[in-house]
Amino acid sequence: MSDLSLTAAAPVQEDAANEGRLVRGLLIGTAVVFLALFLVLPLFTVFAQAFARGVGAYLEAFSEPDAWTAIRLTLTVAAIAVPFNLVFGVAAAWAIAKFEFTGKSLLITLIDLPFSVSPVVSGLIYVLLFGSQGLFGGWLQANGIQILFALPGIVLATVFVTFPFVARELIPLMQEQGNAEEEAALTLGATGLHTFRTVTLPNIRWGLLYSVLLCNARAMGEFGAVSVVSGHIRGLTNTIPLHVEILYNEYNFVAAFAVASLLAGLALVTLALKSLLEWRYGAELGSRARH
Amino acid sequence: MVDPPRPKRRFRQPSVIPGFGLTFGYTLTCLGLVVLLPLAALVAKASGLGLSGIWYVATDPRVASALKISFGVSLLAALTASVFGFLVAWVLTRYRFPGRKLVDAVVDLPFALPTAVAGIALASLYAPNGLVGAQLTKLGIQAAYTPVGIFIAMVFIGLPFAVRTVQPLIAEIDKEVEEASATLGATRWTTLTRVVLPPLIPAVLTGFALAFARGVGEYGSIIFIAGNLPYVSEIAPLLIVIKLSEFDYGGASAIATIMLGISFLTLLAINLIQAWSRRRFGYV
Repeated sequence: MSDLSLTAAAPVQEDAANEGRLVRGLLIGTAVVFLALFLVLPLFTVFAQAFARGVGAYLEAFSEPDAWTAIRLTLTVAAIAVPFNLVFGVAAAWAIAKFEFTGKSLLITLIDLPFSVSPVVSGLIYVLLFGSQGLFGGWLQANGIQILFALPGIVLATVFVTFPFVARELIPLMQEQGNAEEEAALTLGATGLHTFRTVTLPNIRWGLLYSVLLCNARAMGEFGAVSVVSGHIRGLTNTIPLHVEILYNEYNFVAAFAVASLLAGLALVTLALKSLLEWRYGAELGSRARH
Repeated sequence: MVDPPRPKRRFRQPSVIPGFGLTFGYTLTCLGLVVLLPLAALVAKASGLGLSGIWYVATDPRVASALKISFGVSLLAALTASVFGFLVAWVLTRYRFPGRKLVDAVVDLPFALPTAVAGIALASLYAPNGLVGAQLTKLGIQAAYTPVGIFIAMVFIGLPFAVRTVQPLIAEIDKEVEEASATLGATRWTTLTRVVLPPLIPAVLTGFALAFARGVGEYGSIIFIAGNLPYVSEIAPLLIVIKLSEFDYGGASAIATIMLGISFLTLLAINLIQAWSRRRFGYV
């Protein structure tokens, strides 16, 4: 309609720049039903299956010593991989955000690289390095050092897949904040370390927490890469996700979903804290995290 | 008069802030040891095979069919995720309804839920005796242990990419442009397709490419629901695992190289889309 006479009442004009009530309701309905069916239902299934035979059967899954070995291994791996990537991420963000140098965007691309590599390939590259026929395989064997099918291999693969998390959150955040506050502190005589501790760190703390949260969730839940390097030695090199796989393939569904419910719970806590940080401290997070 | 000394081209701009050498060196060392050295091992292995060696592996019927399934199904899944992702992003940014923030948080579930957990949950849901699978069986569709199952898992993991790349751009659209279009007599449909949608296309394409790349490489959430029948529902990443368990490092590296090659092309495509978008619309 090309009615330009401006006689139309205001509500009509507003409707012309919006979808009608019916269409709106239909779109909201479709989106919510789609998300419920595709995303929420699988999550619900985990808990439904875990408690399918009651609380007793659920708890029984944790009476197995292998389950506890898996839990301990996963905690150990995360306790090494997450701090490593935290220190790396802060160092990388300091170098990249606080200074101007040639080749900066190439460096950022390289740091992001692990995100575009398939988890299975992330495991494979460590097999090619440390496997028995690998580049360093012979030397490692001669010196009696075990990397593959042991804790070091699992840690390395986990560090690889979670490598970009902290850096890519902190870089845009610190770039946005600029250097003025640090320069002021330095001019007033503070040392570099003192400046970092009292000026930079308080500015990036929520972004840091946010990225550590996501990094930890991925580190504890990683499956593909770890599956390739772990060797699946039961009660020795099985992480929680690998233990879930073994139980599932043995048709021990209740136990598989019971152990999986630990990881699903971790995912829920991560999501809740992440959303909380976004609502509460959205302005103090990196631009990628804000939406 | 003496000419002032020409500024030397330097690697780094001078700054009063300390710690460049330490943090830059540490960053390069970690990057080199954790990321570049292992990836170089793959490149070395692949160049040892040569193009003919990689081609030989790629044309093996089982490998070829796995690659076809991985790339073909991922393409369809990324397309589906993009369409529904756009719808979800639109609804979340444009409309206000009770529970909107909760729905927004739910979108990130596939990022947070470990892939193996998603995998067994999807498998038990879509199995012929599962909650959804039983209904689909009545309709004559078998989801689990077929490419349909792979498709479902890939939509699951690709959806957040499709939503999160488009969402911030929808939020930035100037409402006045739409009002102008409406005032000039355009119907709502014309405004949406001719005014609102075109500037969003680069973001939609980026989300599509990210979902596609993730789907091709995905392993954990697929293998349980796929059933892994050779020539029917076997994906390329699984074949890498199988080749490794047979100590066929060469075969595994060849498949990995093909997959890496495709994901680099996808990454390149994303960068080109964003460069084009910057020229055309002034933003990414």
